[in-house]
Amino acid sequence: MQRSPVRDLIVGLFVLLGLASIGYLSIEVGGLYYSGPSGFKLIATFDEVGDLKPRAAVVIAGVKVGQVVSIELDEILRARCELDIDPGLGLDVETSAAIMTVGLLGEKFVALEPGGLDQMLKSGDEIGRTVSALSIEKLVGKIVNDTGLEED
Amino acid sequence: MRAKPIENLGFQTLMVIEHFGRIAQFGVRIVACLVTRPYRFRRLMADVFDAGVLSLPVVCLSGAVVGGTLSLLGYTTLVRFGAEEALGTLVGLSVIRELGPVLTALLVTGRAGSAIAAEIATMVTTEQLDGLRMMSIDPIDFVVSPKALALLLVMPLLVGLFIVFSLMGGYGVAVGLLGVDGGSFTSSLKGAVEFWDDVVGSFSKAITFGGLTGLIATYRGYISEPTAAGVSAATTSTVVIASVSILVFDFFLNGFWGV
Repeated sequence: MQRSPVRDLIVGLFVLLGLASIGYLSIEVGGLYYSGPSGFKLIATFDEVGDLKPRAAVVIAGVKVGQVVSIELDEILRARCELDIDPGLGLDVETSAAIMTVGLLGEKFVALEPGGLDQMLKSGDEIGRTVSALSIEKLVGKIVNDTGLEED
Repeated sequence: MRAKPIENLGFQTLMVIEHFGRIAQFGVRIVACLVTRPYRFRRLMADVFDAGVLSLPVVCLSGAVVGGTLSLLGYTTLVRFGAEEALGTLVGLSVIRELGPVLTALLVTGRAGSAIAAEIATMVTTEQLDGLRMMSIDPIDFVVSPKALALLLVMPLLVGLFIVFSLMGGYGVAVGLLGVDGGSFTSSLKGAVEFWDDVVGSFSKAITFGGLTGLIATYRGYISEPTAAGVSAATTSTVVIASVSILVFDFFLNGFWGV
């Protein structure tokens, strides 16, 4: 079989195009990025995480700065979340974490609110103040309960 | 004589098992030819051109149309719940996880798999494979293995292109025709699709289907009867067997591995 430059060029272009589309799907759409162990880790412990999932976003003032790495129970049965956050943000020890929802029923994410102290959080530190997920079911239950009492 | 139907059943079962064994043997021979010298790189190029580059128009066009259709279909359902922002999630997940690999594999089977089976079957009919054997060239090494490898290689690339085109088609219909906000379409798409779960699963499906189609098309061509009817039977049964196996494998891949 002899070489045929035009065909080989087209095949090469085809392969590049295919690889580019796989790369686009992996990195852009699939959200693959190399954070690795270099990331800045914080621990936040909540009474209730609702349907917060690993890989959920961590935001400050609406800007994404990291993601939830893992959610597990600690010794006293509270939900312990490990957050992976961009290093060098300079979060102080008064920072609080809250679980919020996109829209009324959308995805859960963790919102961090920096405080105003000079002492900074180090990687691996625990965030002191946390606000748990608001559960619609509990709210509804509360309303039903409250109105129910009046009728009795 | 009363045992005749049961005898037939037994014979048919043995035939099916024999075919499985032969396909496995054939696959092993292909792999053995691929890993030993000489490497048929030029042949592979030609086959990648035939199976991959020439499948581009049909794959890209189908991708765009499927994405657009999904957008239209999903919109009518989602808009009833006021959730048309989730259209990106719907289009993205269904195309990446399921439709991309399966539809591309079916298209490639119809376009390239049938052509490969017909080509090899014609070579059997016209005794070209015997000619190669006369010259002490293994036809599996020279003809079959580059074609099988080409299908395995082009499948993930074509699936990637199919998915990208259907996302574009879905976006175009959603934003241009249905008036969904473009930003919420892309953000719900990117929020829902995960690399390890969805993208890796999609491409492992693509590679499985590519290997499956390559193996079935070349095997069916190779064992065809050396007649004109044999060529047509090889082509037909390649498309039928490969399409059905793709769907069956897809079911098991989804069920067992959760991809």
